[in-house]
Amino acid sequence: MSIFVSMIRKETLHLLRDFRTITVVLIMPLVLLLLFGFAISTEVNDVKVVAVVERHTDDTRQLLEKFRVNSYFTFKGTVPFNEVEPLLRAGKADAALVLKYDGDRLCHQIIVDASNTNTAQTSTAYIEGVLRGDSEMPVITNTLYNPQLKSAYNFVPGIMGMIFILICAMMTSVSIVSEKETGSMDLLLVSPVRPRTIIFGKLVPYFLLSCIILVLMLLLSYTVLGLPFSSSVFNVIWVTILYILLALSLGLLISTLVDNQVAALLVSGVLLMLPVIMLSGMIFPIDNMPVVLQWFSGVIPARWYISAMRTLMIQQLPVSYVLTEITVLAGMAFAVMMLAIGKFNAKH
Amino acid sequence: MENDITISVKGLTKRFGNFTAVDNISFEVRKGEIFGFLGANGAGKTTAMRMLCGLSYPTSGSGTVAGYDITRQAEEIKRHIGYMSQRFSLYEELTVKENLTLFSTIYGMTSNAIKAKTENVFRILGMENMKDAPVKDIPVGWKQKLAFSAATMHNPEVVFLDEPTGGVDPVTRRKFWEMIYRASSEGMTIFVTTHYLDEAEYCNRISIMVDGRIKALDSPERLKEKYGVKTMDEAFRIVARDARRGE
Repeated sequence: MSIFVSMIRKETLHLLRDFRTITVVLIMPLVLLLLFGFAISTEVNDVKVVAVVERHTDDTRQLLEKFRVNSYFTFKGTVPFNEVEPLLRAGKADAALVLKYDGDRLCHQIIVDASNTNTAQTSTAYIEGVLRGDSEMPVITNTLYNPQLKSAYNFVPGIMGMIFILICAMMTSVSIVSEKETGSMDLLLVSPVRPRTIIFGKLVPYFLLSCIILVLMLLLSYTVLGLPFSSSVFNVIWVTILYILLALSLGLLISTLVDNQVAALLVSGVLLMLPVIMLSGMIFPIDNMPVVLQWFSGVIPARWYISAMRTLMIQQLPVSYVLTEITVLAGMAFAVMMLAIGKFNAKH
Repeated sequence: MENDITISVKGLTKRFGNFTAVDNISFEVRKGEIFGFLGANGAGKTTAMRMLCGLSYPTSGSGTVAGYDITRQAEEIKRHIGYMSQRFSLYEELTVKENLTLFSTIYGMTSNAIKAKTENVFRILGMENMKDAPVKDIPVGWKQKLAFSAATMHNPEVVFLDEPTGGVDPVTRRKFWEMIYRASSEGMTIFVTTHYLDEAEYCNRISIMVDGRIKALDSPERLKEKYGVKTMDEAFRIVARDARRGE
């Protein structure tokens, strides 16, 4: 058995025998995908609407019927105007639609509970949509790439961007630093094993683990979550592998900078995970951020990865549309890897 | 006589910024000798040892280990030494056998040689029944013996032991020293740092380090004679009384 193979074997055995960690690592991505795909969604369903109708006519009856049959709304009936506010306050209604006649013209007013701005905006948009459909010149909206506006589509790239940072960067840095703590790193360093064999012996098992997780996540996304499947999956895979390599290098770099596991966890958690969640565009759109934060998001690998994944997975466009993202990721991976190996060699 | 010298050090110095951890030390160790490196915590023992193992580069001075230059031939040295640290740093999740196999492979042993040698180690230590147990499940005394075996599997010319008996009771410590004697009788040179003074008595020669310098170097008997005391403990107190660094 060559030295390299035995180093990989050692790391793999260590990883596999840590039953708790390996279970968490394999199951967490799938649970996250399912959670974000089904349970947690930014879609607003079930908007409870009441109506205040000054004078019933055919027009108003027709309009209310539309709310009754629309699956996004739960129509709670008509109420007098002075009951609207108590209902909104008690949470029994989310929005009220007031229909008044100005002469012969039907006027609409929407009163909405804006304590949650997101739901308020979305339900207002829904109601306006229904009202607009009633006017003489309807606006036809085409939602491309995600016709049903499923939030799973939006979250899959984000979760992938997060998981690989977590597994590659956090686990690698913690495992290398723990060898420093227990002193087994010294044992390796006084042995004839070359530093680069030590490094790659550490990285390869985590790389393989990430690939397994990638396959599991893709399987789940294309079956249960119903993402559109096409040949673009090959692009998804190799761009993700590039991202995995970048995350591994980050983990290695962190392990050269800190000396104990807690610090490794903190650095990878605070410096890598938080920005991924807050600034990568996974949840909050980058375009809406202050300019300074937009610049800052440029150094976050997940931002580029998630953007590339949206193009490749959801829009299913060819690679030529994500050349910028790929160039940035490749550049970062190369720079971080060189820096990390340089630092590791310099120290030992 | 020249060929009998396994470790030779001249004017070895290591500075970290303004702090001189090891200050101009010189000594020689003969083949098969058990050489003790005594000193309080912070006296510079570990730093000196790390330079000899190629883990740390000296600021100035020179030295050879097993015939190789410590500044230019660190890679060669690594092939000819064994190293065991105070934390018996084996891989906890791996079994006893897997640990031994891993370290022998790293030192370039063939799989046949590894097989024969591990069987031999298990027989001598009487560990046949625990060879498939994970290292985390075996008692600390066994871990220590195992770590020593792992460090000597490839028959190194010199074994460096960095406080190998830290946190172990005196009985286990004595048993461990039986292993050291056996290795030494097979021709291995043993370089051991310790702060247990009873252990110092087991060494052929000892050097006492105080504030980065070697303050005394001789056999335990001669040192006791020189300072007119009965135990190493007393001798050490006399030598180290001017120490400014310390615990």
